Amino acid sequence: MTSVPPAAAAVRPGARQAARRVGKRLSGRAASAVAIVIAVLWTTPTFGLFLSSLRPEDQIKTTGWWSFFSDPQLTLENYREVLFGTSSSSGKMAGFLINSIVITIPSVLFPLAFAAFAAYALAWVPFRGRNGIYIGVFALQVVPLQMALVPLLSFFSEGVSVFGLQLMPAWELEGPARFAQVWFAHTCFALPFGVFLLHNFMSELPGELIEAARVDGAGHGVIFRRVVLPLIAPALATFGIFQFLWVWNDLLVALIFAGGTSESAPMTVRLAQMAGTRGNEWQRLTAGAFVSLVIPLAVFLSMQRYFVRGLLAGGVKG
Amino acid sequence: MSLLSRPARTALVAGTAGLALVAAGCGSSEPSAPAAGGGTSAACAPFEKFGKHDGKKVSVYSSIRDTEADLFQQTWMPFEKCTGMKITYEGAGEFEAQIQVRSDGGNPPDLAFFPQPGLLQRFVAAGRLKPAPAEVKRLAEQNWSPDWAKYGTVDGTFYAAPLGASVKSFVWYSPGMFKEKGWAVPKTWDELMTLTDTIAGTGVKPWCAGIESGEATGWPATDWIEDVLLRELGPEGYDDWVAHKIPFNAPEVVAAVDKVGAILKNERFVNGGYGPVKSIAGTAFQEGGVPITEGRCALHRQASFYANFWPEGTTVAEDGDVFAFYLPGNDPAEKPVLGAGEFVGAFTDRPEVQAVQAYLATGDHANARMKLGTYVSANKGVDIANAQNPIDRLSIEMLHDPDTVFRFDGSDLMPAAVGAGTFWKGMTDWINGKDTTTVLDFIEASWPAS
Amino acid sequence: MNLDFDFAAEQPKLLQLLYGVVAFCAVVALLLLLLDRAPMRQRARLHAAVLLAPALLLLAIGLIVPAVRTTLLSFMSGDGASWVGLDNYVWMFTRPEAVTVLRTTLIWVALVPLLVTAVGLLYAVLVDGSRFESAAKSLVFLPMAVSFVGAGIIWKFVYAYRPEESEQIGLLNQVVVALGGTPRQWLLEPPLNTLFLIVVMVWIQAGFATVVLSAAIKGIPAEIVEAARLDGASPVQMFFRVTLPSIRPAVLVVLVTQSIGTLKLFDIVRTMTGGQFDTSVIANEMYNQAFRYGETGRGAALAVFLFALVTPIVVYQIRQRREAVR
Repeated sequence: MTSVPPAAAAVRPGARQAARRVGKRLSGRAASAVAIVIAVLWTTPTFGLFLSSLRPEDQIKTTGWWSFFSDPQLTLENYREVLFGTSSSSGKMAGFLINSIVITIPSVLFPLAFAAFAAYALAWVPFRGRNGIYIGVFALQVVPLQMALVPLLSFFSEGVSVFGLQLMPAWELEGPARFAQVWFAHTCFALPFGVFLLHNFMSELPGELIEAARVDGAGHGVIFRRVVLPLIAPALATFGIFQFLWVWNDLLVALIFAGGTSESAPMTVRLAQMAGTRGNEWQRLTAGAFVSLVIPLAVFLSMQRYFVRGLLAGGVKG
Repeated sequence: MSLLSRPARTALVAGTAGLALVAAGCGSSEPSAPAAGGGTSAACAPFEKFGKHDGKKVSVYSSIRDTEADLFQQTWMPFEKCTGMKITYEGAGEFEAQIQVRSDGGNPPDLAFFPQPGLLQRFVAAGRLKPAPAEVKRLAEQNWSPDWAKYGTVDGTFYAAPLGASVKSFVWYSPGMFKEKGWAVPKTWDELMTLTDTIAGTGVKPWCAGIESGEATGWPATDWIEDVLLRELGPEGYDDWVAHKIPFNAPEVVAAVDKVGAILKNERFVNGGYGPVKSIAGTAFQEGGVPITEGRCALHRQASFYANFWPEGTTVAEDGDVFAFYLPGNDPAEKPVLGAGEFVGAFTDRPEVQAVQAYLATGDHANARMKLGTYVSANKGVDIANAQNPIDRLSIEMLHDPDTVFRFDGSDLMPAAVGAGTFWKGMTDWINGKDTTTVLDFIEASWPAS
Repeated sequence: MNLDFDFAAEQPKLLQLLYGVVAFCAVVALLLLLLDRAPMRQRARLHAAVLLAPALLLLAIGLIVPAVRTTLLSFMSGDGASWVGLDNYVWMFTRPEAVTVLRTTLIWVALVPLLVTAVGLLYAVLVDGSRFESAAKSLVFLPMAVSFVGAGIIWKFVYAYRPEESEQIGLLNQVVVALGGTPRQWLLEPPLNTLFLIVVMVWIQAGFATVVLSAAIKGIPAEIVEAARLDGASPVQMFFRVTLPSIRPAVLVVLVTQSIGTLKLFDIVRTMTGGQFDTSVIANEMYNQAFRYGETGRGAALAVFLFALVTPIVVYQIRQRREAVR
């Protein structure tokens, strides 16, 4: 934002072409080689995990996954155990998968909306102290999650009381209603980054657009819905993907607020339990890790286009 | 998985019904029906004394997970059915930390199985736990030796009855290998060292060990130290050391640690099957003794529960693939036993919670649990015939023997900052190359001031 | 095969999901309604209040109250029963086990943002405009989808050690052995082990940097590139004189988010070494002290130090914004 003129929401027509030219100049043969080396380095560990998850237990533990190429032996046994294992501890992944979905969807929607509202107010509604609030929200990114667990848990289990006066009762949630606690917690923890990111996008929008709408007599609600939202849709996708990955992969928040039973615990909790009391059960860990990886991977790959477009739209200009 | 697959399979039919119950038991919407007809039948007679608690719920939290947790839940099913209550069980690897978070947050479970009396004390001191009801106290006094009951007692008030147990003073070996080479099970420490030397002479590294255990890395090494300290200082001296009446860096402690070091830090003696001394720190404790089955190591000091960690197909018996002997001391007549176990602490005192507490303290519960799979308890009501393997039987015999001097794992009794912190860390550093004095000075300095 | 999956039992959960989504729509609709009711031009404060209310309320409950509480706790004893002044801070800066943690954290926060940015930038520039660009970027971005715990598993597997005489199962040791070396226990030897953990973090985050920076590169105005090209700039000159200055803001975003993320890092260390062998970092030690050891005061003091470490980053970011506004 310092040396670049404020980027418009849309990419300038010539920019792509120019960028390609920058690229061409740098991508000599050596450059391609370096790029390939990086790509291979980055992919190999995951590939190794995937191959290992398909190998028989005794082989995983005694030989490296690359020996597959000289002695190919594959089995789906590990996946069978993880997904449909008959012991309540090794299997029943399906129920936990549903928990993960039930936890993730609202935990992405709420922060998206609240962060977008707040970012809009901080970017386009002129009022005193908004810089202060923005800085405060930004700074909150650093509050370590671990220190917030106890106060938030007592907020749920004991409510809010000031000097003995009960301002808010305890939540007293049972069964599936406990999901609400998890949604609440994830929403709290996601807001600082969400506001930071969306504010960056929104403050980049050309002021003339907003001003024009205002001259036409549109209120903030209308401007937000009709002008701003469509323009920041890619940014929302970006934040949404980040938040999805974060919630889906989270273990700590789920452990505290969702508990560890199949009633409400997500897959990560199940995976951690599957690591088991018996240590390096590589065959279960590799297969389990891969199962939990499939959905975020699919979501990311299918949303990738929006994601990149969101970043392209100039939102990352600081 | 390996050893437990057999009992797990037999229980499968019964288990499926239970699982459906767990899955369906989403609380409010599901009236708990099963108790309706069962109350009067003969099967329920043993549970009558615990009363009827239709539709009540008790939550249990512990560090026991996986297959062992399944077995506990199966054990409780008849109890649940007959009393009409439902026990929601949750096991977590992060138990020690999570229980603190939940309790601080005002959302503790009804019952928790504390593996560390020290942790139990901390919760009592903070006023979080309820004293055990009279019936539980009576059962505990009837079923456990005073040595055990005292670990559930804080400042004269009885809080928690013991549950399971493990015996730590074991050295695992291969009876076949011993027979073939003509080695005898040593009766004294000197014999043990002579044997060690003999084995090293044959080109095999005699000992193998592994102390890696995630954030708990180091605990198997602290067990080693405790076992030797218990023999060197005697039970009273050991108690003084645990209570910090003897400093951590006192000369006698240094001597004991060096005595262990003569084995664990000697490149000739360790780490069979894994490499140099340092490989001990990187080897998972679950895999520490496995080289014995491959003939690449002869001795492995680890608790009775190590029976679960042998590779599938390994028979645990005096004439089988592996077995264990008592880690000897200087005097063959003195046989103090180091061990550990869980204690059932209660955060609430509702009648149904106390009923579960009482049930868990009975011999019936211990026996029912033993029938399902490997399990050791110091509960005197346990019938040794129910033991699932010879090592369980041996452990129970040792625990039941009135002449046995039993001492609890010291690191579980100390303040957690030491017992689950600097002691583990210090011993890991010690294995990884630091010298004894440096490490013990470091641990001593970390002991909380108050 | 017994699937053992009772769909009926899952229905209450899905119903709960439905409630959640309905509640979401209701809240959003209510807020928009309130906004539309309030007249424009006047009372910007009112609009701002409506828009900010949900976020600020949640932030207050979820983060501000805990932050204040933590600060207070850091001056109290482990059980929170008495005031101990600066004791916890003295502990933090004098005890060797705590000082090691602080030092390791500084290594992390110095290296991770730099490495992530460097790798991301290099890769973004190299693949830019190539035929396989999007596929290439996906490959590097994939680790972002892996949880930290999963990444810990993957890399523990890479670093796995087997003694010299037996077959290696860890890739790194296999490579070392193939090159004629002896296998080592990578995670056991400080200070190198911290570097091996940092590699994991860089592996996860480099994709983020690549995508962000590549987007920024594509945003460089055509005129600038054209001008440089006409001046006959070499690819390297082009990179340092045109590309880098043009995408400076995006580089800063990557540096800032990475710094903050690194300071809060917890899972990788926890799953891979459990904080042993001098690899523990502040967030991990804080968790241990506060919850495992019951030393809440010390844990809180570490957390406060963490806030303090981030302050320069926040201040810097704000300065940047001020400059930009001007």
